Amino acid sequence: MSSVSTKEVKLKKAKKSKKAKMYNRGAWIYAMPAFIPLVLLSVVPLSQAVWTAFTDSVAGFDVKVSFIGFENFRRLAGDTLFWQSFKIGIIWAVSVTFLSLFLGFGLALLLNQKLRFLGLMRVLSLVPWAMPPVVVAIMWSLLLRPQSGPIVDLFTALHIPGAKTDWLGDFNTALPTVILIGAWVGMPVITVSILAALQGIPTEMVEAAIIDGANAWKRFRYITLPAIRAITSALIALNIIWNFSSFGLVFVLTAGGPGGKTFVPALFAYNEAFKYGNFGYAAAMGVVMALAIVGMLSIYLRATKKEDTQR
Amino acid sequence: MSTTSKPLPVIPVEKKKRKYYLIPTYIAVVFYLLFLGFPFIWMFSTSLKTPYELLQLHPSLIPEGFYWQNYIDIIEKRGLINSAKNSFVIALLTAALTTVFTVPAAYAIARLRKVFSGIATGWILISQVFPVSLVIIPLFMAVRRIGLLDTIWGLVLVYLVASLPFALWMLKGYVSSIPVDLEEAGAMDGASSFQILVRIVFPLLVPGIVATALFTFLNSWNEFFFALVLIQSPENETLPLTLARFMGSEGQVLLGPLAAGAFLATIPSLVIFGIMQRKLASGLLAGAVKG
Repeated sequence: MSSVSTKEVKLKKAKKSKKAKMYNRGAWIYAMPAFIPLVLLSVVPLSQAVWTAFTDSVAGFDVKVSFIGFENFRRLAGDTLFWQSFKIGIIWAVSVTFLSLFLGFGLALLLNQKLRFLGLMRVLSLVPWAMPPVVVAIMWSLLLRPQSGPIVDLFTALHIPGAKTDWLGDFNTALPTVILIGAWVGMPVITVSILAALQGIPTEMVEAAIIDGANAWKRFRYITLPAIRAITSALIALNIIWNFSSFGLVFVLTAGGPGGKTFVPALFAYNEAFKYGNFGYAAAMGVVMALAIVGMLSIYLRATKKEDTQR
Repeated sequence: MSTTSKPLPVIPVEKKKRKYYLIPTYIAVVFYLLFLGFPFIWMFSTSLKTPYELLQLHPSLIPEGFYWQNYIDIIEKRGLINSAKNSFVIALLTAALTTVFTVPAAYAIARLRKVFSGIATGWILISQVFPVSLVIIPLFMAVRRIGLLDTIWGLVLVYLVASLPFALWMLKGYVSSIPVDLEEAGAMDGASSFQILVRIVFPLLVPGIVATALFTFLNSWNEFFFALVLIQSPENETLPLTLARFMGSEGQVLLGPLAAGAFLATIPSLVIFGIMQRKLASGLLAGAVKG
């Protein structure tokens, strides 16, 4: 009896998937026009950018471009300044990502409670995202103005040691300060995303856990953390990508200084391309950065996958 | 902006139980909001200060008075309206075109055979990883060749290229979260694939489309570097460019109008967030995770 019913189910499934396939083929045709602009506007420029890395392309009208193979990469391998900047870029991307994740997670936990003015609070927590990045950079450099800026004044009033430090100009504090501002910028997206995951936790689940005698830590460990795992790994991956290839904030705040302490590789490549006009060499840097990120992410994704299968 | 500190004294008093245990939470939230909101508050305060007050060595948070002249100044003399109009048109066009191009493509990627979706996902990842500033190089040359340098359309083109991959990724996640069964049921009932797309998928996809479009809009509204590279004439300037001009050679004397302009430039985004608040909380990237 049971074998008959499974057979029936199988037959039904086969019929269904055949139908589904047929309509899939239809969808493919309808989607074709959508892919043409995508290819023109995204695949082509990207391929061209990669191709540029293998040429001696420079800025200027009617300059002859020729294929030079791996010459740019050979030169780049010996470019100690670039590798130094590369190291700073990794420190920058990883620190900003985890600092903003830590802070954003904290805020999301707070905003997940039944508070008053919750709507207003949530909107206010998005302020760094709403401010145009160029304005963000200008405002922070004003706030951090050495000697008499508001933050120096505040720290002096609170008797914080080293209050009069030139936070963005000092060799030791420039990178940490820029990282903190980077985390400030990155927090809203993380807060909103984690908050969404937290709100997806069914209240019944938490109530049941309380009845079963789970304490706050256990509920956090076995309900909250698993609920935000997927979004957290996506956020880590995305933020590392975004931060590693972003340079706008650093550009306006420190322009890479002091003494190259905040010279992230994206800024290095930008300068190489638009300041010195070495398009080919800059594109090679981009390729190396892309490969590095793909490498880092595949290690990270493998690690999270392993964790998943172990569970 | 005193609203940030408002929540503290008004602890919710319910009829039976006073929620005293929430006091530390309120204090923590207020600290967070001060940290996140302080530059914004400072900006607003700066926008109300007179040029004389701005020159003081130790600036105070509370301005001496309300000096609205900064706002009048930046709106009347500095072409803020024109730049705002440019930014708005550019952001709107970018968001609209991105949506038109990505909705069908995202649907196809999410629903078609594994091979295609694998290729597409791989390409999306690569295009996110490769620094956009370098993709701009060939694009910059192409834009120059077709004579769109220093035009609004040239910038729209660049923003399209920059925003397509991520928009596609976001939408793909939203499509994946729509149960295939619904569409299969439609197919069984004899609906064509076009009808399925329009009648079944599209209505369910609207929140995802709105989120993606707003995300794209805000990114274009705020973008600075490509605009800096592509736009030269003042009449085509976008808002961030106009604002950045105050910082440069003209010095700190114009800080007041700058802050006023920056404050005004932030308002649309905050309003959008205010409207979207619930939608945002229901998951900006949540769709992307499911993909």
